[in-house]
Amino acid sequence: MPTARQLNFVERLYLPEIVRGLSHTIRHLFRPKFTLQYPEERDVPLSRFRGMPALVRDENGRTKCVACKLCEFVCPPVAILIEAHEVADHPVEKGPKVFDINMLRCIMCGYCEEVCPEEAIFLTEKFELAAPSRAELVFNKEQLLEIGGVRPDPYHKWG
Amino acid sequence: MNTTHPAVTDLRTETMTLNMGPSHPGTHGVLRLLLEVDGETVVSAQPILGYLHSGKEKIAEHRTYHQFIPYTDRLDYVAPLSNNVAYVLAVEKLLGIEATPRAQYIRVLCCELARISAHLLWLGTMAVDLGAVTIIFYAFREREKLNRLFEDLTGVRMNTSYTRVGGLAWDLPEGFESRVRAFLDEFPSQLKEMDGLLTRNRIWYDRCRGVGVISREDAIAYGLTGPSLRAAGVAWDLRKARPYSSYEHFEFDVPVEEAGDSYARYLVRMEEMRQARRIALQAIERMPGGPISVPDPKITPPPKRRILCSMEELIQDFEIVVFGHRAPKGEVYHSIEAPKGELGFYIISEGGGKPYRLKIRSPSFCNLSAMSKMVEGRLLSDVVTVISSLDPVMGEVDR
Repeated sequence: MPTARQLNFVERLYLPEIVRGLSHTIRHLFRPKFTLQYPEERDVPLSRFRGMPALVRDENGRTKCVACKLCEFVCPPVAILIEAHEVADHPVEKGPKVFDINMLRCIMCGYCEEVCPEEAIFLTEKFELAAPSRAELVFNKEQLLEIGGVRPDPYHKWG
Repeated sequence: MNTTHPAVTDLRTETMTLNMGPSHPGTHGVLRLLLEVDGETVVSAQPILGYLHSGKEKIAEHRTYHQFIPYTDRLDYVAPLSNNVAYVLAVEKLLGIEATPRAQYIRVLCCELARISAHLLWLGTMAVDLGAVTIIFYAFREREKLNRLFEDLTGVRMNTSYTRVGGLAWDLPEGFESRVRAFLDEFPSQLKEMDGLLTRNRIWYDRCRGVGVISREDAIAYGLTGPSLRAAGVAWDLRKARPYSSYEHFEFDVPVEEAGDSYARYLVRMEEMRQARRIALQAIERMPGGPISVPDPKITPPPKRRILCSMEELIQDFEIVVFGHRAPKGEVYHSIEAPKGELGFYIISEGGGKPYRLKIRSPSFCNLSAMSKMVEGRLLSDVVTVISSLDPVMGEVDR
């Protein structure tokens, strides 16, 4: 436990402190660099990384989402908007007509991925969100499917 | 010649009103201080709050208990893991459940890593405020390593949302213990370097010693908690006084200083980082096995595979998300020893999945109330020292 004792004579002189501080600085000059030069050098996200959410298709090119709206329910900042419609050529009969995510509101908490009963929404490794206008950051279904790409079904729920 | 100039009767001097903040680098965020200064001496200081008010307590009334977890990240945003833990412990108390031993140990580990992370940020910013610019680079280098560990564990560096009612979101990733150990093994030498540059440095000593003094009685009267209280000679630590989440299994010391000044607060926090390291090492060493969530389908959603393939589990998933956890009627208060002090959540439940009222007892808010007392009669430059040493985070002051 350190005690708050008074400074002694040498410490009050302050000159040794300057020498000590400078020696630290010089030592650090020769240590390996810790920083990344961001746009050129990129960090590799770790496996659990939570970037922007996106919709995925299965290996047959089908949109996995069945518009059950569970992610809309759970989304804490209310960033998801879903409108359902009937899908004819499809065993599940229902799918999203509109699926918008407002990336300005999204906080990448991953609740949507966690609750999704169809494994249709995932958080990707993408994190760079910049656009000239705010409207461009409200992603629609097509944009989200493009970001998500194809993710094969592990369980083949719908035969 | 007749002059109309009035005769001078007295030469009084007046005090000046000075606004410090809300965008002042020394106020750590959007704190605004209305200072009344007489030359260089502060006559009165009034903190004006609300610049970061986001209505979190009100939002909580419209979110299920599960949905509010990400909002707690944004209270003390330099130590989100410890807010997550505090909140779910309060909800678990309301629901009358207890987390599994493994979840409790992981929560302890999270709290202590968050404490080191928060104190490193405090150390860096306090040093830079007082002119020791070098320290912030060293402190943020260490914090960066911790952020990397948090990303490994939770997927993000800040705003972790890691805990869940009844457990945790994910188990520890493979090899996480060894990565934490590698950090903790290296940490004392890095801390010693910063300590060596500051603690016995004359400028640091002179700017902190005897500045912002608060007596033991005043500290208690103002409701100070955390390092600020312990620096005034009160050995009060909730981890010892009211152990939660298995803290009674851990050996650690509570650092206490008598002086009650900024230097004492500095020493207490430095020692707390060493003690936090000790607790984190013990947590890794004795990490129990077993599940990370309470195996109750009304509390924890079933595993994903079951949700995909079985109707019963699918319904449970929908029930928990749509209706939330079915809490009984009642009131609970639970608090933990967060890096800044006592962080408590007071929940009033009328039954159902959402709280009727949620009150957050945030340590920064209460600690900040003692600021005026500490700076009155002191020099203007001491205000910066006092704010830094109290370490308020505006996210939890304004809520």
